[in-house]
Amino acid sequence: MQNSSIQEVKRAEPAQLRLPKKDSWWSIKRQEMKASKHSYILLAPYMILFTLFTVLPVSVSIILSFSYFNMLELPRFVGWDNYTRLFLEDDIFLTAIKNTLLFAAITGPVSYLACFIFAWIINELTPRMRAFMTLIFYAPSISGNIYFIWLMIFSGDRYGIANGMLMKIGVILEPIQWLKTEAYIMPIIILVQLWLSLGTGFLAFIAGLQTVDRTLYEAGAVDGVRNRWQELWYITLPSMRPQLMFGAVIQLTTSFAVADVSIALAGFPSVNYAAETVVTHLIDYGTTRFEMGYASAIATVLFGLMVGTNLIVQKLLQKVGG
Amino acid sequence: MKAALDVPGKPIGSKLRQLMPIRKKRVNRSFMGTFSLFMLLAVIGAFMALPLVYAINNAFKPLDEIFLFPPTLFVRNPTWNNFSELMNLLSQTWVPFSRYIFNTVFITGAGIVGHVILASAAAYPLAKHKFPGKTFLFSIVVLSLMFTPAVTATPNYMILSWLGLIDTYWAVIVPAFAYSLGLYLMKQFMEQIPDALLEAAKIDGANEYRIFWSIVMPNVKPAWLTLIILLFQILWGSDGNGFIYSEQLKTLHFASNQIIMGGIARAGAGAAVALILMSVPIILFVFSQSRIIETMATSGMKD
Repeated sequence: MQNSSIQEVKRAEPAQLRLPKKDSWWSIKRQEMKASKHSYILLAPYMILFTLFTVLPVSVSIILSFSYFNMLELPRFVGWDNYTRLFLEDDIFLTAIKNTLLFAAITGPVSYLACFIFAWIINELTPRMRAFMTLIFYAPSISGNIYFIWLMIFSGDRYGIANGMLMKIGVILEPIQWLKTEAYIMPIIILVQLWLSLGTGFLAFIAGLQTVDRTLYEAGAVDGVRNRWQELWYITLPSMRPQLMFGAVIQLTTSFAVADVSIALAGFPSVNYAAETVVTHLIDYGTTRFEMGYASAIATVLFGLMVGTNLIVQKLLQKVGG
Repeated sequence: MKAALDVPGKPIGSKLRQLMPIRKKRVNRSFMGTFSLFMLLAVIGAFMALPLVYAINNAFKPLDEIFLFPPTLFVRNPTWNNFSELMNLLSQTWVPFSRYIFNTVFITGAGIVGHVILASAAAYPLAKHKFPGKTFLFSIVVLSLMFTPAVTATPNYMILSWLGLIDTYWAVIVPAFAYSLGLYLMKQFMEQIPDALLEAAKIDGANEYRIFWSIVMPNVKPAWLTLIILLFQILWGSDGNGFIYSEQLKTLHFASNQIIMGGIARAGAGAAVALILMSVPIILFVFSQSRIIETMATSGMKD
């Protein structure tokens, strides 16, 4: 009798202990939340707008991508129809995704390397030269929609710089319709996109290079670092890994989002859709044809593509510099 | 501009040493390596600068020089004609041109003020407080850096029309308040404010809002400038995102695009307006460069 009652008490004890413990975890959380009331109040205005204009739209896009919706009738659920149509029937979308991946595969890595290499060279200059060269490289990306200047350079008549120069030295006899010829459209957009691409990532690298601890280089020299390339790999790159990751996100996101340049230079739609990208395709269905369900499917694919690639690149960059 | 560009290429020996006094202190620098890297910098620098140089020169070319064959990069007989033609053109528009300027200035100004205040207010607790949900909220913001705003454009139209903001300035301004890169950079910059400073203020009896406004805000001025220039770039170049229809509400960028796209007859005025549009953000950057670099130093992403 006594034994069993002791056992019962023993059994009951941990149960009794656990209950208030579980309760207290919540109450601790609640207390924490109450204590951080001010934090939430400070956060609230931004977070409400952020939810309204970023989180909600992405969720709405994902939901609407499974529906037929034309802004007039109520959305009708259609399952995976939009996606099957996108990948199996829409030839233009396949061109668009091919072009987008091409941009991402070329302008992404090239602009990333360019951002770093030029920031690295500029970093060796004296402060005034450094400021000047930073301005030269950064100016295109900041000067608004100045890229239309390339319209004049690649203009189809003989007054365009490209045609004029080539005709003067006799390489071509007649002006080339640069932006109306399928074969030239993509290379020209890639060129302009690269010209525009030394933006926020570039500045982050310039800044990151200035924060690398100088004594590390001296220590490295003592420890047998023999040239600038070893110095770069063993000291500079590992020291600025956080900036490298930030720059990667910025460059990659920009390289996937090509649309404005394509529309400004090649027109909308471009000749035989040669310059169609996922974003221009999205604009086409979202703002011209008002097929919101279909446009949402395009947006969802774009979202998945960009976030997926970014996360993979982040994983890879964690290995830089050993 | 051109002379300065040539510097790294020309008299390498002594000039180079003047250019980079660091070189004496730094070991591990071969002369050929330095030379070839500077050549690369000069060549690509020229590629970056030439279109802008061309744009500047075009604005001062008389019409017969714009349509000269073979085309020239530099202007021979600079003239202000294009600018006076532009003024002429502007006085004939249906909506007075000053209205377009006001629209863009208002959108840019209101957007920047709101964004800097809201983003800083949100960045402060994310950088300096501990509270449930902090990591989650910040990782959503980082995630949103990973996709282009084009993804959200179509649903945003629906949301804005539900809020009744379509065809008002606010359709462009309010979404700009919640620009995520700004919050990200501000938060990273605020992390380096010493905790002791905040503690001291707390002991003196200041509440969180007072600490934010009179201790934190004055200490993050470089980050303000960065947020200002990033948002300026976006809003100054905004064509209304398709959310603004009324002619009297349209932006400067939209109006100048009409001139630029006006074809041969407007080539001179187009070049002039392009120069004016592009020089504003560049000048702004020239004056704030060092502060912006200071902010960017803290921009890194931790693993």
